[in-house]
Amino acid sequence: MRGIFTIYQKEMEDHFSSTRFLLITALIVMVGVIIASMVGMSMQEELRGMAKPDFIFLLLFTSTGKLFSFIQFIGFFGPLIGIILGFDAVNRERTGRTLSKLASQPIYRDAIINGKFLAGMTMIAIVMVSLVLIISGLGIRLIGVVPGAEELGRLLIYLVLSILYISFWLGAAILFSVVFRSTATSALASLAVWIGLSFFIGLGGSLLADAIAPMQQTADMAQAQDSFVKNAEVQRAASLLSPATLYGDATSTILDPLRKTPRSFVLMGPMERISLSRFQNPLPLIQSVVIVAPFLISLVAITFACFGICYAVFMRQEIRST
Amino acid sequence: MEKETVIRMEELTKRYGAQTAVNRLSLEVLEGEIFGFLGPNGAGKTTTMLMLLGLTEPTSGTVRVCGYDPARDPLKVKELIGYLPENVGFYEDMDARQNLRYIARLNRIPDKVSAGRIDRLLEEVELAKEADKRVGSYSKGMRQRLGIAEVLIKEPKVVFLDEPTIGLDPDGTNRMLDLIQGLSRERRMTIFFSSHLLDQVQRLSDRIGIMIKGKLVAVGTLDDLAQRGLGLEEGEAYTLEEIYMKYFKEG
Ligand SMILES: Nc1ncnc2c1ncn2[C@@H]1O[C@H](COP(=O)(O)OP(=O)(O)OP(=O)(O)O)[C@@H](O)[C@H]1O
Ligand SMILES: [Mg+2]
Repeated sequence: MRGIFTIYQKEMEDHFSSTRFLLITALIVMVGVIIASMVGMSMQEELRGMAKPDFIFLLLFTSTGKLFSFIQFIGFFGPLIGIILGFDAVNRERTGRTLSKLASQPIYRDAIINGKFLAGMTMIAIVMVSLVLIISGLGIRLIGVVPGAEELGRLLIYLVLSILYISFWLGAAILFSVVFRSTATSALASLAVWIGLSFFIGLGGSLLADAIAPMQQTADMAQAQDSFVKNAEVQRAASLLSPATLYGDATSTILDPLRKTPRSFVLMGPMERISLSRFQNPLPLIQSVVIVAPFLISLVAITFACFGICYAVFMRQEIRST
Repeated sequence: MEKETVIRMEELTKRYGAQTAVNRLSLEVLEGEIFGFLGPNGAGKTTTMLMLLGLTEPTSGTVRVCGYDPARDPLKVKELIGYLPENVGFYEDMDARQNLRYIARLNRIPDKVSAGRIDRLLEEVELAKEADKRVGSYSKGMRQRLGIAEVLIKEPKVVFLDEPTIGLDPDGTNRMLDLIQGLSRERRMTIFFSSHLLDQVQRLSDRIGIMIKGKLVAVGTLDDLAQRGLGLEEGEAYTLEEIYMKYFKEG
């Protein structure tokens, strides 16, 4: 598409010299590496003189250190990278009065959005890949294990998931930068949606669950259990609205082969209970992929939906330089 | 030799809600002409230009620029035209050369070709000495001249200039007007410019259109306007101001 590469190139230069992007990235890389290396060091202690379990390498990313595991941390704060890269993509050009100049060059308007999105996505990929590489390097030194082919495959899928997930936030931020003329408004709107979808949906979900299906304190065990399950199901349904929850489930399924479902609460009958305890084998990679595929598809779909709205708004918008 | 019509508007209308910014405007501009678009603040000059450029959609009516519809064939139109917006902005952290090169690249002009053009243009707009400074440090006059250079880098056939002298001091204004006149004489460009300053329009334009509250109230050469508007005989003295005030009062 015409002009897209030129815009991509300029945006990349801008990102590399953007102080606020470099700051937030440095912060996230630093904290991420600290979390993973703390986990690595405690593993080194615990595993001294013991046979190394399967998939130990992935534990670097999934086990909870003091507060968070690495993947939880990225799940919470990764979106900030996307938001920082995108929240003023278009309205910055509007307030700088460069947009009417840009839009009067022989390029399609969607090239402006696409070039900016691709540049942001490249930055996200660079950050995530280097983070995982740094941690892997540290891990090899700390626990002295080289990851096997399957572990590498799982890490690769984790990277794809994460890059797409953060890119979704980039897309949403770019959408806000098209809709709102002021960069302060689009920044606040992006942050509000991020906080809302990542933190408050869980809270709102449990409130909703308590309202719809309150847990009953009765002597009748069966009834109490029943109400407990209903309550959990409502909470679960509400959390499906949150991309953060979906992403968290998907990544922990991919990186933790012993998990067989993305759900954190499973209703188990006696057979399932037996199967879980008798067949404690890791899930094959392909099965893990099957479990996270729907998430991947819905993530790409909502990102495209963001784009659709973006195009629809931007294509017909009046571009005045005042 | 018959001159081609470069810009053609028919019954062009733009409404914002209940307000009509441009009201059934019909106008033609010929090749090589300098057309001055005169009107007070809020007359609809900028809105007309935006419709010519495909930067806003007309409510009704038709527009053709070099034979193309800017809403249907935006790229064809944008390849042929150059536009200097009312308050032109730049990438403040880049220098003049980088700003110009970016515009050149968007027009698919290879860097090898644009390098020479950029040097020549910077000479022409008298920015060669400051070419390596951040545009953020430029004065209003320098910015406006850089804006002209950006318009010219793609070697357009038609140039749209929205209030090109706004905010310039008398000396800067003179230099800008000479520059614009040179474009028409030496490069045979068609120039469509807007202004609310009578003397500038009078000095530059081959033909003048007077727009008041969205309506084009008069169009023609200065002499035409004097004869029709004031009912003067040929050779009688008049100023554009008299003509303008007459239409302004009627409008
Ligand atoms: N986005 C908009 N929404 C509503 N009204 C608008 C909008 N843009 C312009 N207008 C109105 O349309 C009219 C024409 O505006 P326009 O900018 O074309 O005037 P102008 O002749 O360029 O004036 P100026 O000399 O101040 O630049 C004005 O009355 C303005 O208030
Ligand atoms: Mg105007």
